[in-house]
Amino acid sequence: MTRIAVIRYPGSNCETETLAAIVRAGGDAILLDYRDTTLHGADAVILPGGFSYGDYLRSGAIARFAPVMTAVTELARAGGAVIGICNGFQVLCEAHLLPGALQRNEQQRFVSRPVDVRIERTDTVCTTDYAPGEVIRIPIAHGEGRYVAEPGTLAQLEAEHRVVLRYVAVPGSDVPFNPNGSMNDIAGICDSTGRIVGFMPHPERLADVTLGSDAGQRFFTSLVRNVGARSLV
Amino acid sequence: MTFRVHVRIIPRSGLLDPQGQAIEHALGALGFSGIAGVRVGKAIELGVEARSATEAETSVRAMCERLLANPVTEDFIIETEGA
Repeated sequence: MTRIAVIRYPGSNCETETLAAIVRAGGDAILLDYRDTTLHGADAVILPGGFSYGDYLRSGAIARFAPVMTAVTELARAGGAVIGICNGFQVLCEAHLLPGALQRNEQQRFVSRPVDVRIERTDTVCTTDYAPGEVIRIPIAHGEGRYVAEPGTLAQLEAEHRVVLRYVAVPGSDVPFNPNGSMNDIAGICDSTGRIVGFMPHPERLADVTLGSDAGQRFFTSLVRNVGARSLV
Repeated sequence: MTFRVHVRIIPRSGLLDPQGQAIEHALGALGFSGIAGVRVGKAIELGVEARSATEAETSVRAMCERLLANPVTEDFIIETEGA
């Protein structure tokens, strides 16, 4: 069975929802402590949302040096899948596993609400179960989600089609477009292989029909399927 | 000996600084005129054991590059007391 680890840092959130989403997708989900030095046989890792280390200094800046990150980085270098959700995305950027940085929201407020995002890539390790260009509504909850990168980096991301999720304005929609001022409306990106993916929205928070929608569940079915099959992009 | 080192971390010029903008607007609203380019960063003070001010500064520079500042979004200035 495909084993996927979720790392809990001091200040993480939604790790339980993430574990449950993996189990519903048919995977073997294990919770690892940030002080663990091995991944206990996990084939993929998810860094969850939250406020690791209280977001002190910068979001993700201290978590990236947590003991478990050595093993996470080794897995990433060996071609394993590493997914960062919200704070996990901030950690991946701070760890230089993904380019750019996440800054204070443009309007200076914490934003917790649903957003419309378009799936720009359906060949990454966690998006194959979506249709190309599909727009889904999933929640965001962050104060520092404004994606920024140097102009050259941004151009390279676009040229290499490494924007995985983008905030979109849906005509007649009641949710705001680009809720944080991200450059190029970027909500999530990947590395050149599509195996390291980070995004600000929280799909695990809306991944069960009993909550009104399971729009986020296919991130987890995709991940379990692709990691299990080793038929990665 | 121990050197007192001051690090100033400032958002890179050209990058949007919403905090700086909000403060600039507030200053204008209070009647302070001729204010421009307000930017908000962080100040970090450290006591550093080193043989010389140069050695202390070299060590703090490495700390800035590794942890204290994010090179994508921030610049840093190091000042050592008594240097």
